Amino acid sequence: MLAFGWLAACTSPLATCAVQSCPEPKTLTIFAASSLQPAFGKIGNQFQANEVKAQGHVVNALSFVFAGSQMLTQQLGEGAAADIFASADIAHMTQVNAGGLVASPPRVFAHNRLEIAVARGNPKGIHTLADLARSGLVVVLADPSVPAGKYAAQALKTAGVTVKPASLEQQVTGVLSKVAFGEADAGIVYVSDIITSRQVDGVAIPNDQNVIAEYPIAVLNTGHNQAAAKDFVDFVLSADGQSLLKAAGFEGV
Amino acid sequence: MRRARTPAAIGLLAGLGLLLFVLPLAGLILRAPWSQALAELTDPTTTMALGLSIFCSLTATAIALVLGIPLAMILARTRGTVRNVLRALTTLPMVLPPVVGGVALWLAFGRRGIAGSLLYQAFGIQIPFTTTAAVMAETFVAMPFLVIAVEAGLRSLDHRYEEAARSLGAGYWRVLTRVTLPLLRPAIFSGAVLCWARALGEFGATITFAGNFPGRTQTVPIAVYLALETKPEAAITLSLILLVVSVAILVGMRDRWLGAL
Amino acid sequence: MVGRAVTLEAAIRIKRNGFTLDVALSAAVGETVAVLGPNGAGKTTLLRALAGLEDVEGRVTLDGEVLDDTSRGVHVPAEKRRAGLVFQDHVLFPHLSVIENVAFGLRAQRQPRAADVARKWIDEAGLGDRAEALPRELSGGQAQRVALLRALATGPKLLLLDEPLSSLDVSIRAEVRRELTRQLASFNGVRLLVTHDPLEAMALADRLVVLEHGLVVQSGTPGEVTARPRSRFVADLAGVNLLRGEAHGDHVTLSGDASLAAPDAGEGDVFAVIHPRAVALYRTRPDGTPRNVWQGQVDSVDLYGERVRVRVSAPVPLVAEVTRAAVSELGLNPGASVWIAVKATEVSVYPA
Repeated sequence: MLAFGWLAACTSPLATCAVQSCPEPKTLTIFAASSLQPAFGKIGNQFQANEVKAQGHVVNALSFVFAGSQMLTQQLGEGAAADIFASADIAHMTQVNAGGLVASPPRVFAHNRLEIAVARGNPKGIHTLADLARSGLVVVLADPSVPAGKYAAQALKTAGVTVKPASLEQQVTGVLSKVAFGEADAGIVYVSDIITSRQVDGVAIPNDQNVIAEYPIAVLNTGHNQAAAKDFVDFVLSADGQSLLKAAGFEGV
Repeated sequence: MRRARTPAAIGLLAGLGLLLFVLPLAGLILRAPWSQALAELTDPTTTMALGLSIFCSLTATAIALVLGIPLAMILARTRGTVRNVLRALTTLPMVLPPVVGGVALWLAFGRRGIAGSLLYQAFGIQIPFTTTAAVMAETFVAMPFLVIAVEAGLRSLDHRYEEAARSLGAGYWRVLTRVTLPLLRPAIFSGAVLCWARALGEFGATITFAGNFPGRTQTVPIAVYLALETKPEAAITLSLILLVVSVAILVGMRDRWLGAL
Repeated sequence: MVGRAVTLEAAIRIKRNGFTLDVALSAAVGETVAVLGPNGAGKTTLLRALAGLEDVEGRVTLDGEVLDDTSRGVHVPAEKRRAGLVFQDHVLFPHLSVIENVAFGLRAQRQPRAADVARKWIDEAGLGDRAEALPRELSGGQAQRVALLRALATGPKLLLLDEPLSSLDVSIRAEVRRELTRQLASFNGVRLLVTHDPLEAMALADRLVVLEHGLVVQSGTPGEVTARPRSRFVADLAGVNLLRGEAHGDHVTLSGDASLAAPDAGEGDVFAVIHPRAVALYRTRPDGTPRNVWQGQVDSVDLYGERVRVRVSAPVPLVAEVTRAAVSELGLNPGASVWIAVKATEVSVYPA
């Protein structure tokens, strides 16, 4: 499941210069974990707005590819060209790094916590991870091959809870949609997913049971726009970038 | 009579078309970790997924036969707007992205769905996340192939065979079972094969509507997809196993079904 | 027909796609009636209607039983009326053997030992060695004979044959026709066949019903029908010139103001028939007794052995039959100018 987001100069309302004098924007390709989609959308807009402020026009057309970290890793391994990789866990970044694709050392730019997603108003009265083991409750988790699933399994293990999931979804959005549609009573997802989804309520998981996901970002050497890639990564790590990430439910660094 | 020579251009294009099929197949076979194949074959995840895939696809085909043949019969009898509407409805799952089909099934048969909510409230039955859901998703996506094939068969059928049977004193059911269906056998067979093949490969609607759980809803395509993310060699092996099983079943069924014709 | 028990009575009308079939027909046991007409006359539709395969208006009775009566809303479906239908190209069930084809109707009637009965029929027809064959393994003639057996085995009261010989090779028609004649003679019910082939009709039928454009134009014994054609179709099959006009005592006024002298023509709308042999051709205007003389041009020349048929376009277009010698003597090539003469006494006139 891929999602492409184009923020090209010609379609942006921020493009102020005349078509004639506008230099052709260079494409900046960003591979990012799907959970970053809402946050990176806003960050991209702001990044381009800053360009317009500084230079009078959009310099870089941003091409986002949002997918599961594991799929992006696989695509990069198969030779897909990108300027930036933002992963939802360290493991996949390490894998890409081991493949010799990373230009500069990866940096963690955000944290994400797990939360229990429940239907609006929490009709089933779910308050702890232990509640998920209740019989008659339909619980959906992400598959352990996906970071969210791996973290959820860790959290449940720490809490000493055994859950019989109805389904092991191939991506976190699958968990979220099943709770949102009312098919499942609860699921374990990221806080950021709950903040941006607006269709489910979140039940916090205490720190001692929770798993903090680390999101690393790196400039790749397969891209053609390394200077801009470095600017983008710097912006993500800047105060402005961090506040946009926080608004989307992430924790800063 | 001498047949006209086939121009080289036709042969070239046909060859390219064939290459599109053969190369990916060759890729699977050449890249398969044969040393691990046996281990993979006896892996419980594999055997469970394979067993479930065969069970679900065959059940879906059986349901498609029971429901699809009557549907094709009605379709073949209608004309004009009614026919266009009916045909559009039955072929919709063919053009619908399977994931959308899965969502649609949810909205119909999910716990809060149009029909599913009644089922849930009355009997506490929830279809999603069950093997039933996997079978339903496969039937939804695959049945149009059977309906289309049987309808085409019915439309090209010489109805004088049925009239001859009636004039010999055969009532509706005798005509249907002794004349119409036997004459439709090739169409039913090819429709069932297409339907079964589509059901066996089904992924999107199944994972959306039925979810993924080993032994319950994790069919081979879903297992392959998940394995692709963690251990690609296993995914290749699993794909090959599915390929071999499909070919074996196809060959076996063909002999049984079309042997007499 | 007095004294015979009429067992099929049909007065039906079928309207479909601008075509109307409107036929009244009766047939008795032991009689073979042939419905004869050109392609598109509605023959097959009529047959299907009698078999119960078409929606009709009107009334059909068979042996006292009402099969169709729209005024009373009666329609006996095809499977309930005992009418055996033999299709033009046999329509044997391709997936069933010969014996199973013949047994099909018997099984539908839930007759015990259907296969044995079917085998008996097949053996009697001399097809015993083909019993296990599939229809596609049979010759055309064999298939047609099996189709007849299949219909006869159910013991119908009415046997309907649709062009039973026309799909066969000319070489085997005679043989199948003999067989058919024998089978028809032993069938104890009403026999109705439709055909566009006059030879087939004459050979098999006791009575002809001529159908054109959905209407019965003539009926009677083959002799009666050909002696007094009432349509171009029948005239052509009888090989005579057929004219239609208004009779005024000693002459008939034809279309285009031509006048045809004929003694005792009577009055009113009439048919006039002239045999081609009675039409004489001359290079110059003939003297003498012929009252009907016109000048025309040779249209076409067709050879039939020693005899030649010359079609002449004239105020009264006619076909003349002459010898080959006459053709070369008179120089009767297409386009040649020629005089036609017909003696008034050679014109036979009867009311239309």
